[in-house]
Amino acid sequence: MSGPSIHVERLVFAYPDGRQALFGVDFTIQRGERVALLGPNGAGKTTLVLHLNGILGSVAGGSGSGRIQIGGSGLHRQHLPEVRRKVGLVFQDPDDQLFMPTVRDDVAFGPANLGLRGADLEERVHEALVQVGMQDHADVAPHHLSYGQRRRVAVATVLAMRPEVLVLDEPSSNLDPASRRELADILSGLDVTLLMITHDLPYALQLCERSLLMDGGRIVADGATRDLLGDADLMSAHRLELPYGFDPLSVPGPER
Amino acid sequence: MSGSAGDGLLVAVDSRIHRLPAQVKIVALFVFVLAVVSTPAGVFWAFALYAVLLVGCVVLAKLPPLVVVRRLAVETPFVVFALVLPFVATGPRIDVLGVSLSESGVLGSWNVLAKGTLGVVAAIVLSATTAPRALLAGLERLRLPSTLVAILSFMVRYLNVVSDDLHRMRIARESRGYTGGRAGHLKAVAGGVGALFVRSFERGERVHLAMQSRGYTGRMPLLSDTGAAGVQWVEGLAISLAAVVIAVTARVVGL
Repeated sequence: MSGPSIHVERLVFAYPDGRQALFGVDFTIQRGERVALLGPNGAGKTTLVLHLNGILGSVAGGSGSGRIQIGGSGLHRQHLPEVRRKVGLVFQDPDDQLFMPTVRDDVAFGPANLGLRGADLEERVHEALVQVGMQDHADVAPHHLSYGQRRRVAVATVLAMRPEVLVLDEPSSNLDPASRRELADILSGLDVTLLMITHDLPYALQLCERSLLMDGGRIVADGATRDLLGDADLMSAHRLELPYGFDPLSVPGPER
Repeated sequence: MSGSAGDGLLVAVDSRIHRLPAQVKIVALFVFVLAVVSTPAGVFWAFALYAVLLVGCVVLAKLPPLVVVRRLAVETPFVVFALVLPFVATGPRIDVLGVSLSESGVLGSWNVLAKGTLGVVAAIVLSATTAPRALLAGLERLRLPSTLVAILSFMVRYLNVVSDDLHRMRIARESRGYTGGRAGHLKAVAGGVGALFVRSFERGERVHLAMQSRGYTGRMPLLSDTGAAGVQWVEGLAISLAAVVIAVTARVVGL
């Protein structure tokens, strides 16, 4: 396979109630890149990522136009299962993502839908749980886990499908600092293309060398995370603020 | 987070009955209840034998008797109904301790109490020895429609989430100084239930999206593929088959 991991061209979308969320989005993410998707509330970030695996948009029978290519091949109705395997989506609220009675069943849900059974399935589940350090909690019910643990299991449910692109919706929200750091360790060790929606700007700087800034349904800036965060005018124009005392120029980032 | 909710009604000890596959226990419960219900109310010795079988089960399952007794509380409405029967039923009357009671009412009352209690205890044994997830897997093995199993499994998973929601909404209401009278309280609860419904509905949509993004196409993957061995069926059904023998004998003797 060839081509960039994600290629989006002139993507336009309106919800059935007529509210337009995307007004022509263009961007390309190369294989192995780690990209943060920044922007104020209501900018269309979540709507955009729901397009990437065909949940929303014309492929899903909705309204909208534009072109999306994942791994070089276009999004078509008949490849949806394949696209959903390639693009792993981790939702913001782990209680939405974890819907089976135990952690093991939940992680097995995706690969089982891909047709894995028996020992192969078991192995895949174990592998994904090891990646997030939750292998000792396989038989626990999700509501008995802490919030940070549930978030990690949510990541595992997607990793179990061996995605090429991992898309996370506010992975660090509601986490305590230790869980936030543990998740960062896990994410930075993964060998996938990463697209991460976040309001946590230091987190974006720590994990992603590149950022897309979205506002009003458009990409308004695309560049190195450090440059974007360092541009005070751009930041204030789009309601983004750095935490008190944080200087993006003074901390190490993921740049190689 | 409510850690207190535990694993449903499961009493986590290890016993022969705990180890039986869920589908065996479900069938055993069903057969046992059928046997009990089809026994004529007048054959008292049969009910005594059923009770002995069930006590044996409780002991074998290492369930604390106090827990079983406490869970019997679900039967209360039926007990009330049964106690009223002798007073309201018609027909020939008998005197018990100076109170005139209907004869058929007394028998009917006994019928409801005995059968109800036996059935409830049997159900308690099942629920206390089987984890909710195993129960679901068992129902699935018994070829219950997969949609129904899926609905039940979502219920198991989201009961805590929804009750936590409800709890938070109550705290939020009370922290804003809401006291209200009895009627006012009802009104607030009704409003809360409406809001809860909307929240749960929206959560349902998000869960559906999450399922779709992991390749859900309308069929839930099987929870388990562990069938029950013949020996386990025999072991699990032994007590129920004994109950069937008793029921048949009771019928034959009653003829």
